[in-house]
Formats: sequence, C-alpha cells, structure tokens
Amino acid sequence: MTDLGIIAAISIFTAGLTVSFGAIGPALGEGRAAATALGAIAQQPDASSTISRTLFVSLAMIESTAIYCFVVAMILIFANPFWTAAVAAAQATGS
Amino acid sequence: MNLSPDQTVIFEVWGIPVNATIFYTWVVMALLTVTSYLITRRLRADVPPSRWRTTLEVIVQGIQGQIQEVAQGPTRYLLYYAGTLFLFVAMSNLLLVVPGFEPPTASLSTTTALALSVLVAVPLFGITSRGLGGYLKTYLEPSFIMLPFNIISEFSRGISLAIRLYGNIMSGAVIAAILLSVAPFFFPVVMDVLGLLTGMIQAYIFAILATVYISSATASPDTSQPEKETP
Repeated sequence: MTDLGIIAAISIFTAGLTVSFGAIGPALGEGRAAATALGAIAQQPDASSTISRTLFVSLAMIESTAIYCFVVAMILIFANPFWTAAVAAAQATGS
Repeated sequence: MNLSPDQTVIFEVWGIPVNATIFYTWVVMALLTVTSYLITRRLRADVPPSRWRTTLEVIVQGIQGQIQEVAQGPTRYLLYYAGTLFLFVAMSNLLLVVPGFEPPTASLSTTTALALSVLVAVPLFGITSRGLGGYLKTYLEPSFIMLPFNIISEFSRGISLAIRLYGNIMSGAVIAAILLSVAPFFFPVVMDVLGLLTGMIQAYIFAILATVYISSATASPDTSQPEKETP
C-alpha cells in the first residue's frame, strides 16, 4: 500500500469515526434538553416563551460540539493537509 | 468541492483578486445600508409612517426587546453593536434563497472576523462601564487562581463563536451540494429550508451570545459588589 493509499484510508475511516462518535454525545444531550424543556412547558405554559428561547440557545450550543466534529471530518476528507503534502511529494519524486 | 467561498475568485481589481467572500460581504453590507438609508431618508415626525418604516421599526424594536430581556443596565450601545451583528449574519444567511449567492458566513475568515470583533468589544464595553481597573479586576473574580482560566475562557469563547457559525452554515452548503449529486430534485430544497432555519437561529445565537458576554463584562457595580451597599 502506498503512502497515498494509507493516508486516504486512514482519513476516510477517521472521518466516519469522528462524525459517528461526535454525534452520539450531542444527540443524547439535545434529547435530554428538549425533553426537560417540554416537561417544563407542560408544567408552566405561561413561561413557554422564555423556556423555548433558552432551549434554542442551549440546543445550538450543544449542537456546536457535533458541528466541530463535522468540521474536522470535512477537513479530513476535502482539505486534508497531509494528503496535499503527500501528493506534492509523490509528484516531486515521480517527475 | 469547495469548503469555503474564499477560493472562488469573482473578478480582479488592479491585480487584486476579489473572492466570493469579500464580494458577497459587500453585497450584504450595501443591501443593508442602502435599504435603511432609503427608508429613513425623509424621516419627519409629522409624516405618518410608511409601511417600510414600520417594518424597520418592528425589526429594531424586536432586537431591542430581546436585548433588554437578556442584558441588565443601559442597552443603547449594545443595541447598535449586537443588532448590527444580528442583521448582518441573518441577512447573509437568509440570502441563501437567491440563486448563485454564497453566504459569506460560510467562510471561516468572515466568522473569525466577527468573533474577533466580539473579543475586542467585550473589553471595550467593560472598560467604558467599569473603568480599566474595575474591568481588569473581573479577571481575578472568584480568586487569584482563576486568572489563567478566565483568560483561556476569553479566547475559547471567541474560537467557539467563530467555528459554530462557520460550521453550521458551511455544513448546510456542503450537505446541499452532496445531496444535489445524489438526489438532485427534491431533497436539496428541503435541506435548504432547514439551512434557512439554522441560519436564522445561528444569527440569533451569535447576537445573543455577544450580548451575554458584553453584559457580563459590563454588569452594573451594584450587583457585582454587594458588600459595599450592605453596611
């Protein structure tokens, strides 16, 4: 297996691993936050505007951890610095 | 596939390449500025408000109400700052419906610039309301040991602001592009609608977080130093 093949395989594998593990935690957290907020709204319907505003903010903040993992996966697949370096090295040696 | 609109060069001015990020940032800024200038050009008290002016008033008062719910103390300058952030981010995310428009917030440079402006604005607002010593004292707030952690949190909050906005908008664009090559007719539309919702929420969150950071730096001395009032 060439260097490029190893880099590509490990990058793709790690990207999938990053997104899958990075999605577990925020998914659990968001589900828990939404369930708690729904329970709070059911108990106090008057405070629903405040609760839903806070819920949206906290959902986005929880979700940002998943987004970080997504960004890392996208960098690994589409903008991998090691891949470009290896391609440049291969071209330098090949020509 | 492009991860950011930085790489697409639209045209060159005197040899300087103008990429899509800069171009569409200027488009958004021009749209906001020209629209509000045209609406508020003939602002007089005796003329009944037109529908455009009423629209602007609804937007500004909505932002003002949201800020007043979050921040305590005077909110006028906060309204200028956070309202501008919100309008810029929301407009650049909502113009996604225009074909060919690439949101400038899908580029890490734009969001980093916005987050840097928040990072600079927090000490500025803090110093103007508490004075230099009073603001620097907030870094030692619970005790002296917390000084490095306070400084670290200042930077990590800026980084997370930038990456959160960039990641959300960029992921919408990337997912739409991927779906466009897989199921080209219906699903990209659904994802774009979801992208509009996400963009609006992210703009709201960016502005609200900036408001929270600034108002925690400018918290009025009455609430932060209660021991002076008790004796």
